[in-house]
Amino acid sequence: PAQQQQQQQEDGGGASATPQRVLFPPTFSVSEIKNKQRRHFMFLRWKQQQRKEKLAAKKKRRKEREALGDKAPPKAVPKTIENQRVYDETTVDPNDEEVAFDEATDEFAPYFNRQTVPKILITTSDRPRGRTVRFCEQLSTVIPNSHVYYRRGLALKRIIPQCIARDFTDLIVINEDRKIPNGLVLSHLPDGPTAHFRMSSVRLRKEIKRKGKEPTEHVPEVILNNFTTRLGHSIGRMFASLFPHDPQFIGRQVATFHNQRDYIFFRFHRYIFKSEKKVGIQELGPRFTLKLRSLQKGTFDSKFGEYEWIHKRREMDMNRRKFHL
Amino acid sequence: PQVVWDMLGNKQFCSYKITTKTQNFCRNEYNLTGLCNRSSCPLANSQYATIREEKGRCYLYMKTIERAPFPRRLWERVLLSKNYEKALEEIDENLIYWPRFIRHKCKQRFTKITQYLIRIRKLTLKRQRKIVPLRRKIERREKRREEKALIAAQLDNAIEKELLERLKQDTYGDIYNFPIHAFDKALQQQEADSESESDAEKEEEEEEELDKREFVEADDSDLSDFEDMDKLETSSEEEQEEEEEVEKKASHSKSKGKTPLKGPARRKRPYIEIEYEEETEPASKTKAA
Repeated sequence: PAQQQQQQQEDGGGASATPQRVLFPPTFSVSEIKNKQRRHFMFLRWKQQQRKEKLAAKKKRRKEREALGDKAPPKAVPKTIENQRVYDETTVDPNDEEVAFDEATDEFAPYFNRQTVPKILITTSDRPRGRTVRFCEQLSTVIPNSHVYYRRGLALKRIIPQCIARDFTDLIVINEDRKIPNGLVLSHLPDGPTAHFRMSSVRLRKEIKRKGKEPTEHVPEVILNNFTTRLGHSIGRMFASLFPHDPQFIGRQVATFHNQRDYIFFRFHRYIFKSEKKVGIQELGPRFTLKLRSLQKGTFDSKFGEYEWIHKRREMDMNRRKFHL
Repeated sequence: PQVVWDMLGNKQFCSYKITTKTQNFCRNEYNLTGLCNRSSCPLANSQYATIREEKGRCYLYMKTIERAPFPRRLWERVLLSKNYEKALEEIDENLIYWPRFIRHKCKQRFTKITQYLIRIRKLTLKRQRKIVPLRRKIERREKRREEKALIAAQLDNAIEKELLERLKQDTYGDIYNFPIHAFDKALQQQEADSESESDAEKEEEEEEELDKREFVEADDSDLSDFEDMDKLETSSEEEQEEEEEVEKKASHSKSKGKTPLKGPARRKRPYIEIEYEEETEPASKTKAA
């Protein structure tokens, strides 16, 4: 091909000494050149050409749009992953009766009917390291009515009956690996579902830039975003049941669980309404992201538990447009 | 014997020997103490004994001169009993007339082995950490996806939007004094007078107003019944302000009646469930309430 090029250059450039437009055979592609330098150079040139063409096309399109004026067709909506999401059959329809009935009779019903007040027990795996301990403390300030207890080698199965006896409604276990928290087990106690999450990008309060002061004792509001499917719904209710039902608006604090593409982002803010259309938020409190790994029907039992949902990597990570929460 | 030791011990190379700064170790599996010494080298001693354990049972291995030319039958092994004292007696029995050093070291080794076996058995009863290997590719993939999800989430915007929505739907009651908001609502509803839907709404509102009017009068008199006095005071102040503004602007009588009524009426709302919300169902929420 190099020889062909040269020949054609000589042929075409008979009139001018410098080759202006080199003619390549139609099936030639830049990747066929064996010489790396030359190939790189040709590729860059090709790229520049592409960019120019793209720019020209854009300009043309914009001119056409302006020329049409009002009659211009509406702008095309860019495709995002959320737009292209594979439709999940278990998506909850807000008016679905079956769902409403289920929710009225599931394990969170007493909470939503205001019969129980949440009382949370936060603990860690064995021998927690500094970061995890601090994270637990901060978490306990965020969630009202929560207590941190250290686990000195106690088996979870034995803790659970004791907790139920002492009227705890939820149990949070933060698993630690190499001095950083990396897992969260959230168990609703009187025989409720257990969710096991993978926790990542944990930021303690001092690591958050421009943070505010400490969270006060007021009960925060809860925002749950984007929990669309049945599974997402139940997880959302689990999160909601951690916080007492009546938020104190004087506190102006809000805890957010935002689900995006199966990642649940937790943030804790203080808000202030500057005017009607503007609100300012200031982040205080820890932040972390969770990814659901499994949901068990009963309380924590790794061997004999009945799993409602497990993240199966082979099947579920294959499709980039399919999400489960 | 001595010859072997002269060669291997100091002068030449012994493949079992490991030298460190302070000590010489012997890697031979039949070694009694683990150190490289004249007295504990199994190669240099024609009469030697060791304790080794296999699958939780201890065996006494013995080597004698008679069997030196038969490497396959060199090491004779005896199973020791599980009982500690009995096993010690068995060692003594088997190694009777043997040098003191070997007997002593054998018993020491046996003691240590039984101790660590006991420890293993105790530990397996406790909970053990299951070590799960991380897959690098998967970790990287998850991390990347999380970053992209974070960017796509636009958390701050989402939270602000949600809070403004809640403000619009009066979930906060009368804490925030934005009279313009109530005004706009009232004005909009006036403009939609001619439509039938709004008529129906108006009728409902009127009915509500009537009910609430009665309500209001009763409430205003019974201030002591309310739990949060502070809120009441502030809201009553706001009511007064609103009333003044309303009078100044000289608007419709309906709106006049509306805005001050909204105060106590709104107070009823915060007791209704507000937390569990999704972005898809704002309208149904209020209806359910």
